Amino acid sequence: MEISRLPISASQRGKLISGGYTSLSSLSSVSSFALASDLKISESEAVEILKVASRGSRLGWSDGTNSVISGAQNAWDMLHEEESLTRITTSCADLDNILGGGINCKEVTEIGGVPGIGKTQLGIQLAVNVQIPREFGGLGGKAIYIDTEGSFMVERALQIAEACVEDMSEYSRFLRNDVQACQVKIQPKDILENIFYFRICSYTEQIALINYLEKFISEHKDVKLVMVDSITFHFRQDFDDMALRTRVLGGISLKLMKLAKEFSLAVVLLNQVTTKYTEGSFQLTLALGDSWSHSCTNRVILYWNGDERYAYIDKSPSLRSASAPYSVTNRGIRNSDPSYKRIKMM
Amino acid sequence: MANKLICEMGLPKSIGNIFAARNIITAKDALSLTEFELMELLDVGLSDVKSALAHISEIVSPPYQTALLLMEQHIQNEQLGGHLPTRLKGLDAALCGGIPFGVLTEVVGPAGIGKTQFCLKLSLLASLPAHYGGLDGRVIYIDVESKFSSRRMIEIGARSFPEIFHMKGMAQEMAGRILVLRPTSLSGFTESLQQIKVSLLQNQVKLLVIDSMVALVSGEQEQGAHRQHPLGWHISFIKSLAEFSRIPVVVTNQVRSQNRDESCPYSFQAQDNGKTIGDSTRYDSHLVAALGIHWAHAVTIRLVLESKSGQRFIKVAKSPISPPLAFPFNITSSGISLLTDDGTKLIGPEINTICCQGHNDIINFDGDRLH
Repeated sequence: MEISRLPISASQRGKLISGGYTSLSSLSSVSSFALASDLKISESEAVEILKVASRGSRLGWSDGTNSVISGAQNAWDMLHEEESLTRITTSCADLDNILGGGINCKEVTEIGGVPGIGKTQLGIQLAVNVQIPREFGGLGGKAIYIDTEGSFMVERALQIAEACVEDMSEYSRFLRNDVQACQVKIQPKDILENIFYFRICSYTEQIALINYLEKFISEHKDVKLVMVDSITFHFRQDFDDMALRTRVLGGISLKLMKLAKEFSLAVVLLNQVTTKYTEGSFQLTLALGDSWSHSCTNRVILYWNGDERYAYIDKSPSLRSASAPYSVTNRGIRNSDPSYKRIKMM
Repeated sequence: MANKLICEMGLPKSIGNIFAARNIITAKDALSLTEFELMELLDVGLSDVKSALAHISEIVSPPYQTALLLMEQHIQNEQLGGHLPTRLKGLDAALCGGIPFGVLTEVVGPAGIGKTQFCLKLSLLASLPAHYGGLDGRVIYIDVESKFSSRRMIEIGARSFPEIFHMKGMAQEMAGRILVLRPTSLSGFTESLQQIKVSLLQNQVKLLVIDSMVALVSGEQEQGAHRQHPLGWHISFIKSLAEFSRIPVVVTNQVRSQNRDESCPYSFQAQDNGKTIGDSTRYDSHLVAALGIHWAHAVTIRLVLESKSGQRFIKVAKSPISPPLAFPFNITSSGISLLTDDGTKLIGPEINTICCQGHNDIINFDGDRLH
């Protein structure tokens, strides 16, 4: 029954069905006055129902002129769009390589790992790197940092911001030896000013904030990164009803994907780990369950390999599975120390 | 914020009444349901549900601050730049000043290594007046295992700050600022926490020490994806307490031996067998921190105390602002003292491991020489 697909209230739907209007075509030829008298509802209500019904039926019609189905985009245009989007660098060349250049905008990337592996470090690094101006190959955008655990430390963000500005100055001095250098106008304080920090204390606030983000971002159009650190914390306790948790998480992931596509920004979610019993042994896996693992576009796992930190692309529609080493230094995330590698080979 | 009442949110009357009629009173009730569920429950159209939810979400969302504003607030409003110095130079340098305010710091180690000594010293430091480098405030010490010894604390005070403690009445005043709670059950602990939250700001409490929570959790924790942590509520409560009052919170943790199943790899790691660390660490008798991985994620700073070949070390195992350093230390009559202020940098997951090899005396009295 097509009427059941319409987003109208249950009682209105019930009245339509009992009045004999079971398909959309039956509604297309009736006037609002006739509908109102038939169902014994007010005329304004009848007008509303007809408006919703006509919107519903238009989706199935061919537009004729431009597209076969309205709202669709052909793959060639998408390719051009993807190539023109700048990616957010992670400041580690190996990591950027396996990510295809960096964290992609318009996609939701999930990054997870054991405590102490560097998730928050990577998060702060990305929040700083998204602000690299366009002249230096960055996006020149602002960042939203949603902190659910209280792990964001401003002192560390300042350290990373200062290191980033120093690197940019060195880069510009290296490239442009002449006097007319492209001066780095951005200062560490400006970088800190462009990070919008939200502190969330419960899952209700988390859901509310993600709902509110759409309005916030439309008022701050230059936000190019939404970082959630971490998405798991409030969902690991307080939830007796696991089915509800799955539904709520599903709703959140859909909204985040919508945000990413609509505003062309990158959404990065940091996740924790848990152990799962599969195939006769315990394995580490990212938290929040199997249903959640389908929700993100890309999934990166950070882990210890011997004495080094590695990142592994666990799931991605366009990147191949690969791992790359990285290190956490006092300047932020950087390439793993090559001299260390040399020592290991000996 | 989550328990904000919907009737106070200024929704249009008609929809506000419908929410109340269907028993959706707080924001938490409304936001836990998806849009379609709400539509069915309230019997209104999708657009009405969407606008109502958008309105509720906007009100319940916390306000934002720029990171710059955060930093300026820390510098201006907080004593000592937002850190409690531990008076261990190397450790303070590594932690950018000391134990940070507003976050959880965990001190973990095997029995008898010096965790309680560390906490006693910190309590003392927090109660010192400001011109001696303290926080000039009260300290709440939750002592679950009855390890608090006021005599030892006064001894530490007298040895470390003789000029203060020999002044008349100072010892009494300092000791008077340290309030010791001894809950005997989990429910008693819960109640104490809630009481603390209420009285925190009015009573100038500047440090909260919990030593330790593990004893309240009875029995071993089984592995399982859906098992909720027994201290889950307490962990998030303590965290929010730390943040909203911007005080340092120090929690000690015990160790337990590692189950064979716990050094488990990820599914993609299981494929390269024999190459990676997995096998070698599996059979070492390593100790791991109690309270599980959820707790490990929840703490911001983790200080591991261990002993290797008879020498004790304090390691900064997890910290967003410090490199992974290990400092050798001894326990003397004036508390913990580092043998050197230059820590050794530990690479790799070794910083997280806890060894317990041969430390005998709890207190070396020949440490007097180290003054």
